[in-house]
Amino acid sequence: MSLHRRRWPLVAAATTAALIALAACSADPIDQEPTDDVEGLDEAAALVSEYPREETIFTSGSQWGPPSSWNPIPQSGEATGVRGLLYEPLFSFDPATLELEPWLAESGEWTDADTYVLKLREGLTWQDGEALDAQDVVFTVELGKVPDVRWSNMWTWLASATATDATTVTFEFSDPRYQEWDNFLYTNSVLPQHVMSTWAATDYNSNANEDPVGSGAFTYSTHGQDRMVWERNDDWWGKDALGLEFPMRYIVDIVNPSNEVALGLLLQGGLDLSNNFLPGIQTLVENDQVQTFYPEAPFMLSANTAVLVPNTLRAPMDDAEFRRAMAFAIDVDKIVANAYGGLVQKANPTGLLPAYESLYDDGVISEHGFEYDADEAASILADAGYADTDGDGFVETPAGEPIELELIVPAGWTDWMEASRVIAEDLQAAGINVTADFPDSGAVDDARSSGDFDLLINNWAGLSNTPWTYYNYLFHQPVRDLQLVGNFGRAADAGAWTLVEQLSRTASDSPEYAQIMGQLQELSLTQMPMVPLWYNGLWAQYNTSTWENWPTDGGDSQAYPSTWGGFWQMGGLRTLAALQPAG
Amino acid sequence: MRTYLARKATIYALTFFVAVTLNWLIPRLMPGDPVQRMISRAGVQHPESIGPLVEYYENIFGLDLPVWQQYLNYWGSLLSGDLGVSIWLFPSPVEDVIARAVPFTLALMLPAILLSWVAGNWMGALAARRKWLDNTVLPASYLLTATPYMWLAILLVWGLGVVAGWFPVAGGYDFGLRPTMTWSFFLDLLHHWFLPFLSLFLVSLGGWAIGMRNLIIYELESDYANYLSALGAPQRLIRRYAFRNGLLPQITGLALQLGTVIGGALVTEVVFAYPGLGYLILQAVQNADYFLLQGALLFVVVGVLVANFVIDLVYVVVDPRTRTGLQGATA
Repeated sequence: MSLHRRRWPLVAAATTAALIALAACSADPIDQEPTDDVEGLDEAAALVSEYPREETIFTSGSQWGPPSSWNPIPQSGEATGVRGLLYEPLFSFDPATLELEPWLAESGEWTDADTYVLKLREGLTWQDGEALDAQDVVFTVELGKVPDVRWSNMWTWLASATATDATTVTFEFSDPRYQEWDNFLYTNSVLPQHVMSTWAATDYNSNANEDPVGSGAFTYSTHGQDRMVWERNDDWWGKDALGLEFPMRYIVDIVNPSNEVALGLLLQGGLDLSNNFLPGIQTLVENDQVQTFYPEAPFMLSANTAVLVPNTLRAPMDDAEFRRAMAFAIDVDKIVANAYGGLVQKANPTGLLPAYESLYDDGVISEHGFEYDADEAASILADAGYADTDGDGFVETPAGEPIELELIVPAGWTDWMEASRVIAEDLQAAGINVTADFPDSGAVDDARSSGDFDLLINNWAGLSNTPWTYYNYLFHQPVRDLQLVGNFGRAADAGAWTLVEQLSRTASDSPEYAQIMGQLQELSLTQMPMVPLWYNGLWAQYNTSTWENWPTDGGDSQAYPSTWGGFWQMGGLRTLAALQPAG
Repeated sequence: MRTYLARKATIYALTFFVAVTLNWLIPRLMPGDPVQRMISRAGVQHPESIGPLVEYYENIFGLDLPVWQQYLNYWGSLLSGDLGVSIWLFPSPVEDVIARAVPFTLALMLPAILLSWVAGNWMGALAARRKWLDNTVLPASYLLTATPYMWLAILLVWGLGVVAGWFPVAGGYDFGLRPTMTWSFFLDLLHHWFLPFLSLFLVSLGGWAIGMRNLIIYELESDYANYLSALGAPQRLIRRYAFRNGLLPQITGLALQLGTVIGGALVTEVVFAYPGLGYLILQAVQNADYFLLQGALLFVVVGVLVANFVIDLVYVVVDPRTRTGLQGATA
């Protein structure tokens, strides 16, 4: 027994050493606090060891790993809130009205067809006290001249950006693309020239930008392996200029835990806003345990369109009639009910998000639209020459070749897996031999970009200021070896691409706009390069015990309540600003 | 002793070389191009912008070089202590990512494995000599061992976390706390640590106890025990010899367990939303993050080797037969 006694102290020592190492290690971020500020304010802040519950909002849903970058330039992979809380765009975008609203900009207008004059607000400042002026805007736009900065494409249609005075920038375009320009105005953050101009040109994407200096309402406070903490910037310019006051002092964003844990935290009040997809949340909404935008189905606003992508390089998916037959054969209502329990809604036949409802061309939809109709699917197939010639219950191609297709979605995406089972079942019932398969998500990525698949589901057509992004995704030309942004089915151009480019060059208020939209809707329905299925939700569930006045349908606040990257300026910021302490 | 150590050192060096080479090779055999995946995730709208971005990232990660050169560079940077840049958590250096996770993993796994080993052996040894203990400890141990870990862990979270509310359900420390060198923070760390620890402790406890009980019973029936007993040696002395002999296989088992420490416990980390290496490894696989995976697996390899080496040394201390063998005497 003596061995035991000898081992105990060893174990105790190991435990203590590990725990101390752990404490020391996690204490690190404090040392990284900027200390060059005035009158010990920061030391005082560093002494705060606990975020008071009534001054803190806990969020989750946008971050999948430890925060690793505060650099807004790559526009992906940055910590939650970098583009929105910390860095700000010139305009914000309201999906409810499809209008841009001035944010850093005071106004912006086209003075002639090729010239856009942007006016900044007076008195804008960076968090380090430097003025935010027209030079910063010019710096941001001109950064696109570096080829590996993601808005480099802009310089093929923008000729120059000139600061005419401290708050005015004049943009001259060689090929004005009004829709893309609007998109740029609210998706790109204005960058601090005095900080980033010192970076090496090869560093724009790879600088982690620790100790970031933004212009926004929140400053970097600290981060850990499982969280990102922001602290309110009490000197924010927007308090007066925008009249927005954020009631919370701290935002703690929690790295996405498993569904069970997220649900547990939400129910215990440890999370105020969860932007996670939580299957089955509808029952908790009905029990009044959590709140969502709508009190009943579909519960959530729509964020993007899930589409079925047929590979048009493979027979029989190269036949538009065959693709249309598939559209008629799939009962999306069954997916909405079985895979989602009513958390999503069926897509409009055009696939355009409900936010674009005002742009739906009803004439086109009633003529070319589709809905679940097994008989119609059968007759389209029969008319196009597809028949079951060998009697196996499945149709063959007009040439008599057997059809055997595989629908792939990533393993582990349970809702999509269930949806693809429904789709395969429905298509089989219509005589099209489709089976669902669930490879690893990396393999699905490879298959999608290299074109090595029959059918897959994708949802990268997200909400934006313009349906141009959707049609750019649907019809993009030319087809390359690797398709990474859209047209994964590699459909050949049937006249749509010129229209898409034209759409980008057409202002939303011009009369041609509706006309082009009509033509595009018609082409998307007759060519059916992708089959719109359902709208994935802007997953958002709230616990109202600490904060109330969350966005609801018909409520006081109706902003799009999301902390996802790119959504802060589409409603996330307004969601937080509208909150009130509960009680 | 010296030749023994030299031989061992050579074996370890060879194992290290092969394992590190496999670490480099295996991630590259996975399907999926990490840069492509990174760029798809970024949602770039213009295919024209993609070319330069691919080039840029491949250059940063050194993936544009010939394979043999990538392999040599890997050894070069490894030996200079550079594990590369994570693709998934770009642009964090892999060593930073791992350094943030390792303390949590070690603080969780080491105590869980060591304490369960100590307690399990002790319980098993006691059970072997007391009938009533045997009748309670043994079934309980079988139950614990047979329990699926996932289920036990969820039960603990649900029972002690959600229903009773005694323990937090997620995080390494309270989400409302800022890490400080204070007692309250330390207590909070312990508070969050306890449930994941308990789950790991409980689930391995039973196995050790059963093993030790059987070993002791076997030893007590062996010839030397009977001989000692016939000589009239006190029962206590016999049991002590039995325990020492029974401990040897258990130490080997411990060595194997300790090797897995550094890999973390993926399920524990997921169920308790506890930070650590296991979750990083899973994500690295899913994101084809060669460098993070290489780095994390390197820790696993080093962990296994170090644990085995330590146990080799411990054997010299606890098993006199090894010692005589070293000194050239015949056993």
